[in-house]
Amino acid sequence: MSADHKPLSGAARRRFLADTARLACGVGLLGLGLGLYARRAQALPPAALRPPGALAEAEFPGACVRCGLCVRDCPYDILELARPEQPVATGTPYFVARRKPCEMCEDIPCVKACPTGALSHDLTDIDEARMGLAVLADQETCLNFLGLRCDVCYRVCPLMDKAITLERSHNERTGRHTRFVPTVHSDACTGCGKCEKACVLEVAAIKVYPIHLAKGELGAHYRLGWVEKQKAGKSLIEEQGIIDLPDRLPEPAAPAPGSQPGVPGALKGDRL
Amino acid sequence: MRIGTDAVAAKGWLGAHKWLLARRLSQLGILLLFLLGPWAGIWIVKGNLSSSLTLGVLPLTDPFVLLQSLFAGQRPYRTALIGAAIVIGFYFLVGGRVFCAWVCPVNLVTDAAAWLRARLGLKGGARLSRATRYWMLALTLVLAAATGTLAWELINPVSMLHRGLIFGVGAAWLIVLAVFLLDAFVASRAWCGHLCPMGAFYGLLGKWSPLRVVAVRRAACNDCMDCFAVCPEPQVIRPALKGAGGAGPAILAGQCTNCGRCIDVCAKDVFAFGSRMAEAEQPVSGAPREAPPVE
Repeated sequence: MSADHKPLSGAARRRFLADTARLACGVGLLGLGLGLYARRAQALPPAALRPPGALAEAEFPGACVRCGLCVRDCPYDILELARPEQPVATGTPYFVARRKPCEMCEDIPCVKACPTGALSHDLTDIDEARMGLAVLADQETCLNFLGLRCDVCYRVCPLMDKAITLERSHNERTGRHTRFVPTVHSDACTGCGKCEKACVLEVAAIKVYPIHLAKGELGAHYRLGWVEKQKAGKSLIEEQGIIDLPDRLPEPAAPAPGSQPGVPGALKGDRL
Repeated sequence: MRIGTDAVAAKGWLGAHKWLLARRLSQLGILLLFLLGPWAGIWIVKGNLSSSLTLGVLPLTDPFVLLQSLFAGQRPYRTALIGAAIVIGFYFLVGGRVFCAWVCPVNLVTDAAAWLRARLGLKGGARLSRATRYWMLALTLVLAAATGTLAWELINPVSMLHRGLIFGVGAAWLIVLAVFLLDAFVASRAWCGHLCPMGAFYGLLGKWSPLRVVAVRRAACNDCMDCFAVCPEPQVIRPALKGAGGAGPAILAGQCTNCGRCIDVCAKDVFAFGSRMAEAEQPVSGAPREAPPVE
């Protein structure tokens, strides 16, 4: 280092340049490998859920310093720090709902413990957490879908009748029973995973997925007529003089027995 | 002859291993503080070296990991910033690489590798520049900015070992083993002295720190070379010891880890901890300790 101030001879300069190039190439190669690995490590497996209040997955691995203070302050020992061999970015916290779901503490100690804001302190009401979204992934094995009354996911849900409701429908198989179909509502589901943990099947029929996997999205230009009508308090198109073309039906040759003559308009559906 | 034999003869075994023992005590003691929680349920310190909370009030955050986070485009909360400021202030005073020698758990691994290397009498190895670490430091920051994640923390052996010891080690031991083998068989002091970006960062942090190893009684040096042989960063000793170009006796290079091994192994007590402003004792002022005749 101290010799660097002297003017270098030709040979020394060449050696210096060669050494520097060697160094830059070596470190650059390492950087390339590590950079590609880092991109891959950003893909979180669907079964791994972040603690409540976690920033979006694009931000989280840059904000979390892997200190484990959230793990320590979780009273139920639900969180883990990923080890190098696990498919979650090394050292970041996660939980697996089927093993141990989030117990949704009202004071959210894991969030309070985070020193960096990787778990955002803006989350003060645990019901506002969005760790994932429960999806009744398999309708073929869900006992309620089969017409039985299991209801376990519905009953363990911390937001019963808000995040999961039982929607009734006709049981076509028996022809005289009702199916109580567990239905998740994304405006209330926190993704705590209690339903997935409690599902009585060998492999849960209801699973918590990351929201981006679980949720569809309407086109931004879509307007649901009935929603717009409710918002405005009246129909938005009726007064605009839009011509309602008559619905054409095949002319009945003769009135069928027991049926009404074709009534235009009776078959009109809701407008999108 | 083994390094430090003269010192053991002159000062006794304890006197010749004083700072080494203090350092091991510090390394293991700090580790124990972190482990008391998970092992015994005594929560004095929570977290790990990346960020911790002591007695529920004192936040400490590793400024290197926080710097990566800033480069990744994040704006950490005040708790982390305060914690990093405390750590920066502390190491600025006592010497940045005091972290490496007195706190970092990887030092135990690389010191063990250096010991094995010495016992096996291995010489030579891959040629690495000691400046590589600054390139590595730049790389960690560039990667953080380019990927938006703490890319280095995916493989950083330092944070990985410490976190592993506290939260479960998993495959992290493979990376630690790699560091050990690298230091033992590929090149001497390869990791801590050439590659580790964290050491580079702390070295820069302690560039102007007042606490230094000072060759106060450099006139008494008998050129036994034990300090050079034992020092993990031997290039830092020469200016202070030899005083070439009117250099003062304090070891000013930020690369010095303030480990104090040179103090231990010197039979002539040339070195001592002191201030970077310290001046050399004049040979006349001491007891009859003349420089020995040149052989």
